[in-house]
Amino acid sequence: MENIKEHTQQTHSYGLYILVWLALITLTGLTAVIAGINFGKLSIAVAILIAVIKSYLVLTEFMHLKSESRTFKAFIFVAIFFLAVAFTLLFSDYSSFVGK
Amino acid sequence: MAETIATSHNGHDVSYLDYQGKHKGILGWVLSTDHKRIGILYMIAILSFFMVGVTLGVLMRLELLTPQGTIVGPQAYNEFFTVHGIIMIFFVVIPVIPAVFGNFFLPIMLGAKDVAFPRLNLLSWYLYIIGVALILLSLVLPGGAADTGWTFYIPYSVRTGTNMVFTLTAVFILGFSSIITGLNFLTTIHRMRAPGMGWFKMPLFSWALYATSWIQVIVTPIIGITLLMVVVERVFHVGIFDPTLGGDPVLFQHMFWMYSHPAVYIIILPAMGVISEIIPVFSQRTIFGYKFIAYSSIGIAVFGSLVWAHHMFAAGMANSAEFIFSLLTFLVAIPSAIKVFNWTATLYKGSIKLEPPLLYALAFIFLFSIGGLTGIIQGALNVDIYITHTYFIVGHIHYVVFGGTGFGLFAALHYWLPKMFGRMYNKKVAKVGFWVTFIGFNILYFPFFILGWLGMPRRSYHYLPEYQVYHVISTIGSWILVIGLLIMFLNLLLSLINGKKVTEANIWGGETLEWTVATPPPVENFEEIPQMIEGPYEYKQNELAVEEEVK
Amino acid sequence: MSTSESVQAVAVEHIEEHVNRDDIRSRMGMWLFLFSELLLFGGLFIMYSVYRYLHQTDFSIASKEMNTYLGTLNTVILLTSSLTMALAINAMQRGKKGLSIFLQAFTILCGAAFMINKVIEWSHEFAEGNYPGSAILAAKPKGQILYFGLYYSMVGLHGLHVLVGMTVIAFMLVFTIRGKITPDNYVKLEAAGLYWHLVDIIWIFLFPLFYLIT
Repeated sequence: MENIKEHTQQTHSYGLYILVWLALITLTGLTAVIAGINFGKLSIAVAILIAVIKSYLVLTEFMHLKSESRTFKAFIFVAIFFLAVAFTLLFSDYSSFVGK
Repeated sequence: MAETIATSHNGHDVSYLDYQGKHKGILGWVLSTDHKRIGILYMIAILSFFMVGVTLGVLMRLELLTPQGTIVGPQAYNEFFTVHGIIMIFFVVIPVIPAVFGNFFLPIMLGAKDVAFPRLNLLSWYLYIIGVALILLSLVLPGGAADTGWTFYIPYSVRTGTNMVFTLTAVFILGFSSIITGLNFLTTIHRMRAPGMGWFKMPLFSWALYATSWIQVIVTPIIGITLLMVVVERVFHVGIFDPTLGGDPVLFQHMFWMYSHPAVYIIILPAMGVISEIIPVFSQRTIFGYKFIAYSSIGIAVFGSLVWAHHMFAAGMANSAEFIFSLLTFLVAIPSAIKVFNWTATLYKGSIKLEPPLLYALAFIFLFSIGGLTGIIQGALNVDIYITHTYFIVGHIHYVVFGGTGFGLFAALHYWLPKMFGRMYNKKVAKVGFWVTFIGFNILYFPFFILGWLGMPRRSYHYLPEYQVYHVISTIGSWILVIGLLIMFLNLLLSLINGKKVTEANIWGGETLEWTVATPPPVENFEEIPQMIEGPYEYKQNELAVEEEVK
Repeated sequence: MSTSESVQAVAVEHIEEHVNRDDIRSRMGMWLFLFSELLLFGGLFIMYSVYRYLHQTDFSIASKEMNTYLGTLNTVILLTSSLTMALAINAMQRGKKGLSIFLQAFTILCGAAFMINKVIEWSHEFAEGNYPGSAILAAKPKGQILYFGLYYSMVGLHGLHVLVGMTVIAFMLVFTIRGKITPDNYVKLEAAGLYWHLVDIIWIFLFPLFYLIT
């Protein structure tokens, strides 16, 4: 929990940043090691999942999205939503071509 | 931001036209970060380009007077329709209403002294000018102007020997100009509304710009990167889209339309915003269904981003994808129809003043409805297979883009120009200009639907003799249209030189904030930021009168 | 938890509305710009996903040419630079100007190290003949040509962003030294930081997509 004495801007402790950084490095190591194991079709999903977790950490902690107003969070939702929909619609076309 | 505004404490009552700041003369304009001056800069640049585009269009119509070559050869014809398309789409209709009227009036309508980032605003004008310079270079350098059509389809755009790199880079840079304008407007609307102006007390023009800006910020980068990749492919032979290097030309089409279909809504939404301003003012009634119009702008922005592949029904997509995109295409018609119904409902029982701006606004509704309805016809898969790549499409795009945004622009010019310069045009001449333009427009473009239905292919230099009668009618229409445009623009231009001076703040009896400041507006718009109590379009007395009449 | 957070955010908004300078406005502009950047790369990711889907084995074979160790090292470098950038802002908030200067300079150095590694990697690839337009690459299967096309485009564009980011931070460094960025007014530094973190996030995705294909 953040204590409330800092209300001008979100000032995390240095320690929190270093913890986040350690998590990021660990996840990088994890994704590199896991790449050696063949999960078949799942391996790309695992790699993307780890990348998503890492980006989430960077966004919320390093970029302070956590303490920004709700408007900013809505903004990022718009951007990601558009990308996701674009992917889905595009693959409604391409998914029928593989294997031919 | 703050420091650029602070230079003018002695200039409160001075009109932005007379104001002498740090720089004098022309420098006072091209280095100014005043949103009003930047709007005027845009207006000069964009309307000049509009003239170039019109000239090319008229030449093309002249060329098509006879079935076999009239004035130019086939290569020149290809360059004509390409440059006409690029100029009209990317240089004129995409930026015109946001960059000119959005810049000029958005801050005033919101009760702000300027946009959120005035210096970025100026930067975006300079980016536009760099784009202009590049496209002009592509016309004059050896190699010749682009000849791919404004869609730049692969593989021809990586093979042709014309100056594609300049053209594509120009469009890429214009994209950045557009993004910067978009993020500037979004931030302005979020952070700089006058106290008391909640979201639903904003004028509908700002709602339209808000939706437009979102599309600009989200999808413009997609075409930016796509065209950049074509440049990289041409220059470095990197394999991305070219089928000889493994690429998929249909993917290019997907990427291109992922922007260029939403771009249709970047083009049309601001014009719809203008119409939503004009109709209540000239019928002196509260707009019917404010929230529906506001939400339908957002609805158009959302659905409009999901229908791009209906441009590609004949490109060899999967059946399932064609089905999905066709369905979504029908859905996108709904929010546009909502707007049309609300506008007509506003007019109903209003005290209508048939001034030039309203004439153009009514023409917008009529022409855009034709454009929109013919669009639905093409949204149906089986019909589209038959009429795609014919003149039907050309007719449709001109009814939507010219009949829609073009007439929206003319409406905005007649509505706001007196406010911007403090000079009134000759209203009688304006009405004559309107009718000539309107009639010429329909004679020019309506035959396109018939030609398309008969199977006349688009972008074709030669045609079969049986099509000639329609082509001749259309070419005659183009002359009438040009006469109408000349009457209109000369009338407006002359009014700036010796038109009747207007000093009253509220020229048309509008209820939005721009009609509360002096004419022409002072440098910082407002001496004190206004407090909003009522929403826009509160024509209370008229409403009471209407209610009594109904009783 | 979430309510106290939003209350805090509202409080922040209120305090800042009373001062003339609107930091939220500046940050909002920056975030919107970042979304444009994100979508710029998003377009490339879309192309990548389509081609990888169509040429799965070719992509896997071509990725064996990549040096995973250098890629991992670069990831660590970039993540570390993100940390130092975040700390530089934090130090500025606490009024520790000297520390902030040191951390900003360190961030720029990390960026430089990242670019040096990239040069090593690319010169290796060029030596192998895996560059656009080469006869060796042209003779390979189409999926592999596409892999390298996307590799050079995406990593190249990302590298360009790293260079831009380094330049921006260098300006911030000068501003900090000259006292234009202060503990009361550091929104420029924050904006630069946001940009740098975005560059980092894009790399977080590029790394597994190009180096770690099984």
